Amino acid sequence: MKNGDIVGASVPRKEGHDKVTGQSRYVDDMVLPGMLHGATVRSRIPRGKVKKITFGPGIDWQEFVIVSAKDIPGKNCIALIEEDQPCLAEDMVNHPEEPLLLLAHPDRHLLPTAVEAVSVEYEALPAIFTIEESERHSEIIWGSDNTFKTILIEKGDVDSVWEKAHHIVEAEYTTGAQEQLYIENNGMIASFDKQSGLTVWGSLQCPYYVHKALMKLCGLPADRVRVIQMETGGAFGGKEDYPSMIAAHAALLAIKSGKPVKIVYDRLEDMVATTKRHPSRTRHRTAISKDGKILGGEIEFTIDGGAYETLSPVVLSRGAIHAAGPYYWPNIRIRAKAVATNAPPHGAFRGFGAPQSLFALERHVDRIAQAVQLSPVEIRRRNFLKPGQTTSTGQIVREQIDLGKLLDQALELSDYHAKKEKFASENPQSSNKKGLGIAAFLHGAGFTGSGERYLASQVGVEISEDGRARVLVSSTEFGQGTKTVLSQIAAEALGIEYDDVETTQADTHEVPNSGPTVASRTVMVVGKLVQSAAIGIKQRLTSSGLLGDSYSPAEFRAACRAYVATRGQLRSLAQYEPPDGVVWDDEKYRGAAYAAFSWAVYVAEVTVDLTTYSVSVDDFVAVQEVGKVLNPVLARGQVIGGVAQAIGFALFEKVIWENGRMQNGQMTNYIMPTSADLPPIRVYFEELGNPHGAYGAKGIGEMPMDGPAPAIVNAVQDALGVSFDSVPLLPEDIFEALSAAPPLETLSSAKEDR
Amino acid sequence: MRANPADYELVAPGNLPAVLSLLAKEPRAWLPIAGGTDVMVAYAAGKLPARKLVSIWNLPELRRIEVLPTEIQIGGACTYTDLQAHEVIRHEFPLLSLTASWTGGIANQNRGTIGGNIANASPAGDSLPPLLAYEADLLLVSVRGQRRVPYKSFHVDYRKTQLRPDELIQAVCVARRFSDYYAYARKVGTRNAQAIAKVSLAVLGLVNDGVIEDIRLAMGSVASIPLRLAETERILKGKRIGPEVVQSAIRSVTTEIRPIDDIRSTARYRTAVAGNLVAEFLQRLSATGTKA
Amino acid sequence: MSDSTHIHTKSRISFRLNGKLVAADSYPMDRLLDVLRVEFGLTGTKEGCGEGECGSCSVLMNGMLVNSCLVPVLQAENADILTIEGLAADSHLHQLQQAFLDCGGAQCGICTPGMILAAYHLLSKNSQPTMQQIRDGLAGNLCRCTGYTQIFEAVAEAARRKKTV
Repeated sequence: MKNGDIVGASVPRKEGHDKVTGQSRYVDDMVLPGMLHGATVRSRIPRGKVKKITFGPGIDWQEFVIVSAKDIPGKNCIALIEEDQPCLAEDMVNHPEEPLLLLAHPDRHLLPTAVEAVSVEYEALPAIFTIEESERHSEIIWGSDNTFKTILIEKGDVDSVWEKAHHIVEAEYTTGAQEQLYIENNGMIASFDKQSGLTVWGSLQCPYYVHKALMKLCGLPADRVRVIQMETGGAFGGKEDYPSMIAAHAALLAIKSGKPVKIVYDRLEDMVATTKRHPSRTRHRTAISKDGKILGGEIEFTIDGGAYETLSPVVLSRGAIHAAGPYYWPNIRIRAKAVATNAPPHGAFRGFGAPQSLFALERHVDRIAQAVQLSPVEIRRRNFLKPGQTTSTGQIVREQIDLGKLLDQALELSDYHAKKEKFASENPQSSNKKGLGIAAFLHGAGFTGSGERYLASQVGVEISEDGRARVLVSSTEFGQGTKTVLSQIAAEALGIEYDDVETTQADTHEVPNSGPTVASRTVMVVGKLVQSAAIGIKQRLTSSGLLGDSYSPAEFRAACRAYVATRGQLRSLAQYEPPDGVVWDDEKYRGAAYAAFSWAVYVAEVTVDLTTYSVSVDDFVAVQEVGKVLNPVLARGQVIGGVAQAIGFALFEKVIWENGRMQNGQMTNYIMPTSADLPPIRVYFEELGNPHGAYGAKGIGEMPMDGPAPAIVNAVQDALGVSFDSVPLLPEDIFEALSAAPPLETLSSAKEDR
Repeated sequence: MRANPADYELVAPGNLPAVLSLLAKEPRAWLPIAGGTDVMVAYAAGKLPARKLVSIWNLPELRRIEVLPTEIQIGGACTYTDLQAHEVIRHEFPLLSLTASWTGGIANQNRGTIGGNIANASPAGDSLPPLLAYEADLLLVSVRGQRRVPYKSFHVDYRKTQLRPDELIQAVCVARRFSDYYAYARKVGTRNAQAIAKVSLAVLGLVNDGVIEDIRLAMGSVASIPLRLAETERILKGKRIGPEVVQSAIRSVTTEIRPIDDIRSTARYRTAVAGNLVAEFLQRLSATGTKA
Repeated sequence: MSDSTHIHTKSRISFRLNGKLVAADSYPMDRLLDVLRVEFGLTGTKEGCGEGECGSCSVLMNGMLVNSCLVPVLQAENADILTIEGLAADSHLHQLQQAFLDCGGAQCGICTPGMILAAYHLLSKNSQPTMQQIRDGLAGNLCRCTGYTQIFEAVAEAARRKKTV
């Protein structure tokens, strides 16, 4: 079998057949005998003491299973990093839609009325809803100072740069919450019996996160909790931690009733009650030299975590580390903090802090360009990181990345220079203004710093006697191609046919903990472990004399048959070992933050329609260096899908808040792009390899989220000559800015020769 | 899904007289449901007050299009797809076929009806400004017979119409005298497809030698009901299109409309865009002459 | 036909489902979506929003694409209903399904059944659509994973394959 026949080829998606025939089983497709349906009674106020709960008239409450915090066998918490988030609120509620009680009934149609019939009396307390309100400390809602986490990154001597600066550029940027809007809502089924314990099935990304949370909640040992992932209809991070909550709810009802219980949210509940992207505020103050080079700067990066800690420290970490982007900062100070507000906790969403801080950075770089009268192209070229230089955390760029060349590629593919000239000459006469914008960025793959070491991921590869391989990982498929790519890697490493490998559905009874399916780590980190485990199998067979150094698939099958017949199970485990030279200091936040970075330059072309003030993206070029493309169709699909979500982030998706509650929790009013709203998205890959990733791959799942928003807003600035520093950027915002600004005829767009 | 189907009754008598007789027998008890694209959304959200529904989906008497010499009669249960498919509507009433293509996606166009759009009476209804511009009449029918009302007085207030509790919209009648008019419609939604209008404009204009001979300007989402901008029409009629005329039209538009802030947009934005849409129309009208 | 003298009871509502005559035992206001999924166990049709926005519940009713979450089952009486399960003949995939596999048109798969039926509906009306027509024809089906491009390419490819057959 030739190398590259499988890895690097667009082999068919493993579970694709079932997906196109409608046979895939998502959680709501499963029905268990005697199953009840569950629903959640939720807080209607953002903060207060629970005084009294009344079960209203007109409902036969005897028919319902009712669960409160008192029914929790173990600890009333959803264990994650901290244990501050209750599974069910007891004396206090800290955000709208916080769960208080659970109800179950055989007839799912009776639940909504029953939920409405439960009334809760509160003693309302003052609540806070913004970063600024949280910082004021007039209300302390979490810990001693509303602060989940702070991070300080320092390099060089920032305080000395200001007097040397030729320009000092200062600005503030904000990003709003964004709903993941996977088309399949959250759902779980739980079943409990005294013998086997608790089993849950559901839509989820991280079976072992759910497993850990349920052990703590139910006071059960590891082997009596079983978590099984079902086909999952999109996740994007929105099913990283929330599934633990809904699984906990289903579990409590199952334990109390002795029957299986299914909880599936409808769209409204999913939108208003579950996690969203952290809103952010970034303040930049940057010292620039006469020739447009960054001398140093201060970045203050703050994210709104909602009412409980959940994943906020980790989002903060990634956002803070990415805040300096792909540029060389000889001196920098990044002060980052995650603060609490009385909103449902925010959570993971593709990019995980980086889209927020990179939006600010890439907008700021264009602002710097204007201040120093260089083009957006030139300012970037002069400041790009080069091999051998260090990042903000002091990590040495060891690979031969040439960002200038990546930039040139993106400019050529987008016909940037010719179009800039054309738009500059045509815009004054047109009622539609056109512009181009650039964003350059990097994205670290895998867990930050010592995270991978802490995860200590394990994978297994097992071979049956007929030579078919099973990849045993807790990594889940939710559309990104986990099953396909891991099977490709195993097949390639074993030297067998792709069709003879399967990646099992993630079931904590069956698979080791290969870590969560997040952080763009699945192909790179877990894939490399799969590769190692597969090599382990080969070594086992060759060292037992059953297989030569090169062999045909038939010979492999014969060797497996012989091995299994005489030795029994043929299984190889591989455990993560931190690579040499990747050293991270968690205290000082210095060192190698990630084993590998992907690099990218994106270019957006927009038209601003001055009749309606709306922005349409007419063309989009995405150039990225990703180590190695293991499956071209899947990789392209990931980038296009990510760019589409990021266009939503930039121009359409606004969460409308009132007193901590999302007001537009339906698809009619939360606006995600349709096919009619998206441009042709043109995707190009560069491959520099990666010694730390399977077959040289780096992570690519999240990076497409980082670039589009700043590229688009930069393009709008190019078109209109007006600066926007916030996303989502809606037509209403453009209208307000233009009505405050002088008439457009007297302004000119940024031109290169100025 | 927040409603319990067991709490609802739905009947489908299958012919118009039987439906009308039911509506007359128990006034206000039965809610007519055609394609369900509005009613079923409220139902699934647990927000439908009615508990008894009568299906008028596909009623033959209501789902037909009659082309008469001087007018066309479009049955109330004709779907948006029916409208787009009909030759005469496409050629003589392009505002109707165009706006029919804007409502929802194909699946909703296959089920949503013009009668439903009218009876639902949302000021954001896509088909409603064109009906104002075309000066349609509605044929309302009940056990007591038929009556014809001008559409322009049909909407009384936000989601309140002249429709009596036992009446159905049998047909929309539009005079066949607009082929020579320049027709323009534009919807500004929250996105390019499947969107509720933030502002919409439907206009018919007749220009002779640069002078506006006739103009019919209707807007959606700028008041509690779809609005015909009579004052702005008065300013424009008989005038030659030029920059001053356009400016005075924009000023007039902004005083005639009464938009609000809501979950989708702001009053200020709607006002500005309404003026811009009229300006855009006038530019197109003067450029292209009398015919679209 | 529902007996209007007995309220709050179920009745037999017959229709053709994927070519077979069936009878549902339902309330008239049961959503067609729920009848398909629960009574007939055809779980290929999905609920994404319950408000006719996402198209995951799309089925064909008398050859017309409809959102089954907005159809009371009584209105499907005597209709011809086609769901995703009815598309593949025996064990062979329909051309559209194969094209979706080849072109990466399905990622998480939850929008896929509705998307394929919308494409099937489009091609039944226009066998050689332009890319713009594909875009417009599928505008009522939301996908959060793919960004649509590879879906449209799959539809175009299916059309192309049909042409060259």
